[in-house]
Amino acid sequence: MSLNGQSKIPQILKNREAEVLADWLGEQMAAGIRKDLLKEMELREECREFLELFTDAIQQGNFTNIQSPEWRGLKDMLASVSRSRTQKGFTPTETANFVFSFKQPLFKRLRQELGQNGETLLEEILSATNLIDKLALWTTEIYQKTREEVILRQQEELMELSTPVVKLWEGILALPIIGTLDSARTQIMMESLLQMIVQTGSQVAIIDITGVPTVDTLTAQHLLKTVTAARLMGADCIISGIRPQIAQTIVYLGVDLADITTKASLADAFVLALKRSGFAISRSKSAI
Amino acid sequence: MERIAILQIGHFLLVTIQVDMHDRLAMTLQDDLTNRISQTSARGVLIDISALEIVDSFIGRILGNIAKMSRILDAETVVVGMQPAVAITLVELGLSLKGIRTSLNVEKGMALLRSSLGDSEGGSMDGDAEK
Repeated sequence: MSLNGQSKIPQILKNREAEVLADWLGEQMAAGIRKDLLKEMELREECREFLELFTDAIQQGNFTNIQSPEWRGLKDMLASVSRSRTQKGFTPTETANFVFSFKQPLFKRLRQELGQNGETLLEEILSATNLIDKLALWTTEIYQKTREEVILRQQEELMELSTPVVKLWEGILALPIIGTLDSARTQIMMESLLQMIVQTGSQVAIIDITGVPTVDTLTAQHLLKTVTAARLMGADCIISGIRPQIAQTIVYLGVDLADITTKASLADAFVLALKRSGFAISRSKSAI
Repeated sequence: MERIAILQIGHFLLVTIQVDMHDRLAMTLQDDLTNRISQTSARGVLIDISALEIVDSFIGRILGNIAKMSRILDAETVVVGMQPAVAITLVELGLSLKGIRTSLNVEKGMALLRSSLGDSEGGSMDGDAEK
């Protein structure tokens, strides 16, 4: 920028910090800050800190590159503001507006100082806009990153939750699967099933896919792998809970499930498992 | 030379693999086992691999071959006690060991052999054993 070094902004901010701060706060209150999510005190504190760091950083006269070290303090501060707002439930626009709303009070001061000199005013406003836009984009970036972290954490938690192996009877295990089957989940599922087979010495395992919304070739392949691995260890697998649509899909996809025992419901599979283990169920007369 | 012991229990042969299976050892086992089956006219072979932590594609294939050879010599093969990690590896390698029967441990494997022989041969097996 041609104005670097001679810009008035650092000086204006230094001399009239209190005024700018008051204006800025007024601006944000007028725009309707979310009072349910953020107290005025907190906002005031955030604005004060921002202004302080901004004034400090801008004294170096660097308007273009916010990656340079003098801007680090401000960027860290904005990152923490953005993060806390994400968690409080602000929208991305509201978060970015925290920075954007700083333009108004700043430009007002500039106009007061340089009102008579149109050319310089324009240059100053251009460079300031540029800088503030970059800072606002930075808050959006952090906002998004925080959201992604939340999603990632939830995914991991789901993964841990989703593969329980339950013992139904002496020598009979059940593995109710809920949700989509991907490679990572199948791996965990397979490991925990095989581990349980060893621990309990079970000879029959029922894999219930009632909770699996769709079955594609990949899912079917994962199921086949699990069944084969269990068979290698000496346990029979029964797949149950196949819905009509899924049965249709499996046939249309050309997946071969001929070697695997399949049952429509978990109850049917359980009865078969009991029969294979040599148990018989009978109703006692008194219960009728 | 290192060899894997083959024990005879009634009409069955029991092979317990306790050491790391390298390729030559596997070939020797295949040789010894087929010889023993024909010598003893065994009806079933139990291969216990519970101590085996690594099974590569070659060993997997040898196990498959042993099962096929035994079938020709009229003996059923049951592989028992495969570790979960080994099972996963074999599946990932694409070896599902289709022709081999499997069981969780030696006891269950023995029961499996007995029941399958009992089904096909009726009471004649027991009669032989008592003589």
